[in-house]
Amino acid sequence: MFTDIWTVFWRDWVVLRRRMTKFILSRMVAPMLYLVAFGWGLGRSIQVTGGSYIDFLVPGILALNSMNISFNSITPVHAERIYHKSLEEYLIAPICPYSFVIGKVLAAVLRGLISSAIILVLAFLFGAHFQLTPLFLLVLILNCIVFAEIGFFAAMKINSYEEMGQVNTYILLPMSFLCGTFFSTHALPDLVRWFIELLPLTHTSYLLRGIGSGAEISLASVLVLLFYAVLGFVLGSRALLGLKK
Amino acid sequence: MIRIESLVKKFPHRGADKKLVWKTAVDQVSFEIHRGEIFGLLGPNGAGKTTTIRMLTTLLEPTAGAVYYDGKPLLGHEQEMRQLIGVVPQHINFDQDLTVGENMELHGRLHHMEGAKRRQRIRELLEYVELTEVVNDGVRQLSGGMKRRLLIARALLHEPRILFLDEPTVALDPQVRRRIWELIRRMALEGVTVLLTTHYIEEAENLCERVAIMNKGKIIALDTPRELCQRMGRYAVEWDAGGSREYRFFPSRGEAASFAAELESSTQIRHSNLEDVFVELTGRKAGL
Repeated sequence: MFTDIWTVFWRDWVVLRRRMTKFILSRMVAPMLYLVAFGWGLGRSIQVTGGSYIDFLVPGILALNSMNISFNSITPVHAERIYHKSLEEYLIAPICPYSFVIGKVLAAVLRGLISSAIILVLAFLFGAHFQLTPLFLLVLILNCIVFAEIGFFAAMKINSYEEMGQVNTYILLPMSFLCGTFFSTHALPDLVRWFIELLPLTHTSYLLRGIGSGAEISLASVLVLLFYAVLGFVLGSRALLGLKK
Repeated sequence: MIRIESLVKKFPHRGADKKLVWKTAVDQVSFEIHRGEIFGLLGPNGAGKTTTIRMLTTLLEPTAGAVYYDGKPLLGHEQEMRQLIGVVPQHINFDQDLTVGENMELHGRLHHMEGAKRRQRIRELLEYVELTEVVNDGVRQLSGGMKRRLLIARALLHEPRILFLDEPTVALDPQVRRRIWELIRRMALEGVTVLLTTHYIEEAENLCERVAIMNKGKIIALDTPRELCQRMGRYAVEWDAGGSREYRFFPSRGEAASFAAELESSTQIRHSNLEDVFVELTGRKAGL
């Protein structure tokens, strides 16, 4: 099974390695804009929970960016399934279907982590202060896993580029703005906050912000992310197996 | 080598009244293929050939029926059986982001081939299909014929004992088609069992030892091309009947000649062929 996971991962690594420079440069654009607009521009006049806004913002941007990158890294599997049909190469190979899911998710996690590393470097250059601990990294990995799995599930179920765009518009975009990325969810009405606290990105933001500032973190947030990771794996695997029906 | 028993595939389908009904794509299909045989599955578009192949290659789960490879059931042993089979699909399904060599490499890795053997076999096969020079090119850059040859090379990489070819020469020029036929014959001579679907009658006549004709999900005839022609009548009388061509078949040239003599329009007497069998049984021209 490990060999098969490596094979699936290897394919994505070959493609990523070839495009590494383009990948890194393109991944720098969005965080740079966020840091300039919200960190330098708007952020200089805002104080959040007694600290600077950029210190508050960076964990949120990390959560948001790792979500977007890991989700969008895996959605090309949709084209492999519908348009190029190259997914069939894996389906007729003597490998366990779970190896395919895990290999693809790990490749998306790698992309998510590379883009997170870019943000971390930029954040320090912009003068942000936060603690980078192994737990911080683990939460980031967990966030990438959750959204890669959601991306995988979407790639198995969705039949057109247009529908895939709708997932971005109706799910990822609202989460990007509402899940504690740019402002504290405490400012929201209770009912909205309760709903937002059901979403995984909120808990990634809470955890990264807590770990980054050295504050205590909530075990419930870790459990929510673990719950989504398990659910995503089950749903993604079932969707893959369902292609044969 | 391959035994198929009462294979059925039904798909949910929304009818004109928008009600969900089950449409039978493959209906009680049974046949056997011997080791080293080239077996053809002929039929018009929509006859169920590709669905049958997709079930035999584990891409689709059958609704009912059983498949055995070397006496072992496919159901429940899919992962193990996939090592035995090679598949040349109807559509070009390479990984568009990889080069020719990387596509081969991925296939070898997915079939657990050891590194040195994998690299050697990739070299040999690319040489065999005359694609060595494009090993580092992206697959998008290849011509249609090159892509077809690469599909075959990829399917053969892990040395499968059963080769499924779904319309392997569709949309290729005659020269390339004949080269691919040569490749398939060489495979069969090496002991590979070949199941080929095609709607090119010439292809089936040239390559296949036996053919099954499928129509509307069912096998309606199965034998050697020669035997199928013989059963229908070895000789065909063909004549013009008010704008349309008419055909009748006779067991002997004498009977065909007597019949032709009675006709007023000009006639042609010739040996019947697999295309005649196909049209007689399906009511459609091959390829339609």
